[in-house]
Order: sequence, then C-alpha cells, then structure tokens
Amino acid sequence: MTVLDVRSLEVRRGARTIVADVSFASSRGEILALMGASGAGKTTILRAIAGLDPIVSGTVSIPRPVGMVFQFHHLFANMSAHKNVWLAPVHVFKRPRADAEQRAQELLVSLGVGDRAAAMPDELSGGEAQRVAIARALAIEPPVLLMDEPTASLDPARRGDLAATLRQLATEGRTIVIATHDAEFARACAHRVLAVEGGRIRHVSQ
Amino acid sequence: MTFPRYSILTIAVYLALSPAAARAQSAQELRWGGDAEGGAPYVEADPNDLSHVVGFDVDVAQLLASGLGRTARFIQVGFTSIDAAAARGDFDVGLSGIEDSAARRSRLAVTIPYYEFREVLTVRSNDKDRYRSLGDLRGHRVATLGATLAYDVLVAAQARDGIVPVTYEDDVHPYSDLVLGRVDAVALDAILAERGVRRNAGLTNQPAPLAVGHYVGILAPGQTAMRDRMNVVLRDAMRDGRLEAIFKRWNVWNEDQPRLYARVLADASAYPVAASSLAAAGGVRTTSAWEAARRYLPALLNAAVITIVLSFLSMALAIVTGALIASGRIYGNAPLRIALTGYVEIIRGTPLLLQLFVLYFGLAAFIQLPAFVAALLGLGLNYAAYESEIYRGALEAVPVGQLDAARTLGFSERQILVLVRAPQAFRLALAPMTNDFVALLKDSSLVSVITVVELTKETSIFAANIGSWVVPGMMCAAIYLAMSLPLARVARRIERGWRHT
Repeated sequence: MTVLDVRSLEVRRGARTIVADVSFASSRGEILALMGASGAGKTTILRAIAGLDPIVSGTVSIPRPVGMVFQFHHLFANMSAHKNVWLAPVHVFKRPRADAEQRAQELLVSLGVGDRAAAMPDELSGGEAQRVAIARALAIEPPVLLMDEPTASLDPARRGDLAATLRQLATEGRTIVIATHDAEFARACAHRVLAVEGGRIRHVSQ
Repeated sequence: MTFPRYSILTIAVYLALSPAAARAQSAQELRWGGDAEGGAPYVEADPNDLSHVVGFDVDVAQLLASGLGRTARFIQVGFTSIDAAAARGDFDVGLSGIEDSAARRSRLAVTIPYYEFREVLTVRSNDKDRYRSLGDLRGHRVATLGATLAYDVLVAAQARDGIVPVTYEDDVHPYSDLVLGRVDAVALDAILAERGVRRNAGLTNQPAPLAVGHYVGILAPGQTAMRDRMNVVLRDAMRDGRLEAIFKRWNVWNEDQPRLYARVLADASAYPVAASSLAAAGGVRTTSAWEAARRYLPALLNAAVITIVLSFLSMALAIVTGALIASGRIYGNAPLRIALTGYVEIIRGTPLLLQLFVLYFGLAAFIQLPAFVAALLGLGLNYAAYESEIYRGALEAVPVGQLDAARTLGFSERQILVLVRAPQAFRLALAPMTNDFVALLKDSSLVSVITVVELTKETSIFAANIGSWVVPGMMCAAIYLAMSLPLARVARRIERGWRHT
C-alpha cells in the first residue's frame, strides 16, 4: 500500500535549481534511505516533503501530520524534554493534557530516555536529544516519519541502537524516510536506498 | 624647509602670548552675564541684529561699565545656572532680572538693588472676582518660574492656603497654559505679568501684590571690592537720574523706584534694604546645608515617588507598545512594516525633549493633555521605539530551526510566537530591557520641562534655594541609586531563576 508518493519534484532557491525530477513512492512499514554527499539535495527533498520549502513543480502526496526529526533536533529550548513532547498533542491536536503527558512519558520511556523527561534541552547529550526529538515527532502519530542525518550526532555504538529503534517503528506500521550520507547505516536499516546526487536520484538499490 | 618651521614658531609664540593678550584685553572690559532667552525688557537679542542684545539690564551693564572706565561685553548664560557661573567667575557681574535673596547674599557678592518689583497674581479675566488672592485658590494649580521669590511665595501658600505650585522653565508658557486652563493663576514679577497679559487675551493682573522683591547684580563671592565700586556707580546713577532714564525708556518706571532709591541712598551699607518682603518677614531663613537637607528630605522622597510611578508606568507602556511594534515589523504586511519602521526611526532620530515639548505644548491647541499624562506618553512612546528594536532582535535571534520544527508539528504562527519564540526572546531581551529601564528612570528627569516636578527638578529647586548643589546633589544621587541598583539585582534573579520555571 503506497503511503508516500513523490512525483517530478522540483525545488529552487532563487534562480538555482536544488532538486529536479525526483520521483519515488514508499509503502507502509518501509524504511527508505536518501543517500548522498553533503549538498546533494537530500535535506531539501525532506523539507519539501514536510512542506517547509515551497516546490516549483511536481506533486507530493503524504498523509498528515508529518513527523520530522531534524539533524540538529531543534528541541524547544524554553521547556523540558517532557513538555517538548506533549506540547503539540495538547495545543494542536487538543488532547486532554493529562493523557498527552502520560503518552509523552511512555514514548520517552520506550525510546530509553524516560529518566531525562525533566531535563532542559541544553542538558541533553546529542543521542538523548535525538531520542526526545523522535518522541516529539511520534507524539502527533504521523504515518510517515522523516529523519535528517540521524547518525550525525551519534557515536558508532549508538548507531546500532538507532537502527534497531527505527526497524521497531517500521514494524509498528510507520513509513520512515531518512536522509543520510552514512552508507553503512543506510544499508543496515533501510529496505531501499535511493542515491541522490546533484539534486536527482541516480539509482535505487534494494 | 624654513617655511613650516617658521610657521610652527609663529603659532607657538602666538599661543604663549595669547592668554596675556586676553588678560590685558579683559582689564578694559566688563564681562557681564545674562540670559537673552529672558527677553525684553531685561535682555533680548536685538531684532535688527541678533548678535547684539538690548534691554534695561543691558543699559545697566553699560552704566556700570562706563562708571568703571570699561566697555561692556555680554556673555550668554542659562538663567538657571547664572549663580553657579557667577561664583565660578565666568563673568564680572550677572544682570538678568536677578532677584535679591538671603541665599544669594550668603553665597555671592550682591550689589545694592537697582529696581523694585512686585509679585503679581495673574488670572483669567472671568475669574478675576473669584481668585483675588492666593487664599482663594485652595486646591488650584498656580504657575511660576522655579527657584524664584514667586516660587517661595507659592511654597509658603501651599502650606498656608493649600494651593498647588506648578513650576515652569520659562516665563511664556505659564500664561499660555493659564489661557488653556491647565493652571488657574500665575504668580510672577509685575514686569513679566504685564507682558503675559499683553500677549494673551483674556487675562487680568490682580492689583494686590503678593510680595515685593529687588533686582540686583551678582559677583563671585571674593569680589566685594568690585561690588563696592559698582554700588558707588549705582548710587550715583540713582542720584543723577540716569537709572530713572533707563527704566523710563523701557516703560517700567513707577512710583516704587524713587522710594527704593531714597532708602538705598539714606543707608551707605552694603545691604541697605531687606532682600525681599519675605526675607523682611522672616519667611526665608539662611540655614545650614544639613538642616536644609532634613527639611527638604520629605519633598525629595515625594518627588522620588513621582519618578518611580512615572518610570514604571512609562516602561509598562513601552513594553506593550514595543512588543506590538516588534511583532508588526516581523509578521505584518509591507505597508504596516514600513509605517512601523518609520515610527521607530523618527522617534529614535529626534530628541526626547523635543517630543515632550510637542506633546505638551505643541498639541495644546488640539488636545490638552495633563502634564503627567503627556510625560507618561512621551517617555513611554519614546522608549517603545527602543524596546521594539530589542524585541525584534531577540525574536530574530531565536533559532529558525525551532520555528521549522514547530511548523511541522502543526502549530499556527501565533502559537509558535506565544509558546516558543516569545518566551525565548524575552530571556534574551531581559538584560537590555533592564538597561533601558535604568536609562528611563534617569531620562524621566526631562519631564520637568513640561511642569512635572520629579526628583531632579525638586533637587534643583532645593539647590537653588540653599545656593549649593553639594548636599542636594548627593541626596539626589543616593535616591536614584537606591532605585536603580535593586533593578539590576531583580533582573539577574529573574534570569537565574528562569531554568526552574
């Protein structure tokens, strides 16, 4: 079942074309890796899919809400890890506060950072911040989770943990698209790898 | 290369000799200080030649200069700093409708009086039967110039009759504000009162004088020998009618003057008459600076309350308006952004003093703001421009990534501002805001120009009345510090306590 469908995507910044003629689709429970060097256009593709950058032409069909985990996490600096997770469920999706807080705590526990719930973002390590950012994205129950350079802030031992976490999320039925330049990580956890170069998809490997 | 060396030598010789040249020249001159802003008939720039002054004080200065075998040279001095300038020796004698007073006699060398004036109550003609004297004005605002005999009269009447003295920096606006109804009477010298009634329709001077005072010349305290020589010149001019001729020429001669001259000529001492009717009645005493400090402390503390209330309300207005301007400049459409940028640039590019004048006096023809409201609006709207720039910078300093993250989570722009952006911006803005509040606390002293008596104004009245800035200045500084130092501490505490909220 196709969940995400991107067709002939084109993104420009000023006069410069960053992404051109990008098409791919992904089904429920699939982990898809966009792989390429820095500047290849991976992040721009993710941002366009998430609706953060305007697209010049092409179509993106994606169920809302979209979960996005940024390379630098971008946790809200003025609140605890816990509040980062429950804020959107309460203020955007109007869940009862108590339920949202409880669900947020469960997500943090399931991602292994339950004991860091009260910490402020600048007190978290890179790996902890990433787990909180994943919990925040998952709290709005997105069918598709987008992740930008998820291994950038992790040491090699932690990368295995993350791969296991992502596979677990995929088996629960989420579609995950990761942008990465880490070929080993891509091979280890993705079902399919799309090689991106110069803003285009060069080849696909299973 | 002889030419440069020659010219350097010439300059060196010139520089070495020029002070001597200046001294030699000043022995031929009588430098006299006055304020041309005081206007006719005292000292006024000649309408035909603005570099030249005219007035009866100019004629008296020329009379003194020729009596001493010198030529008179005018030196412009602000009226409120004329005592300090005389004490420092910036000029040989100060003449500018300067009132004789016990404080001046104790601090400076003061000449015999050359003119006697009456303090007169001016009211709107409609009220002339209602407000005949200060006793009829209980609870009403009565205007005058600060640090004058008239002010002392009003302070005495405040205690006795319950009037509310309002001080101005100049002698024009008391009368225009009387016409507008901002005050219900003006107490000033008869000469100023005549001029006020002539220039403003619908005003009347009450015939009964409030007090009697004298104009004198003032010299540095050590200059008693020069003062005595000037007294000789003045007495001669009283005898031979030259003073009478001067005052007749300026249309201010009256029957009080021959009586004054008779009393002065009958007594050869340095102070043949009392400084004023108040001094004669014991109304103004010379006191030690510390005793005066104790007497003035309650007034200074009251004025400090005005400063605090005004500063807090102005800052609240500045914060709210500044936040709205900053949001408008970041989130608004192009016309709004241009309008708000224009506001900020105009406010920041023009003096606060000018803005206060425009709000209080300039707008008076359309809307008559009470002085405190005008002060509050002036300070608040001025500081709003500065606050808005702080908030704009702070809002833009919040990492864009967090805003993107919030957008992907589905927050509206308003929710992002309220929940994520503003709280972080506020933390960044806190230190510069504290700075601005301390600056506003001190800038609030500017509102004295629109008749609000706050701490600095009260201090300058105090200083003028005791004739010294030392003790009043120290007391004023101590009160300002007592207000501003805790602010910095509170701000630090908020910043530190942030984490735990």
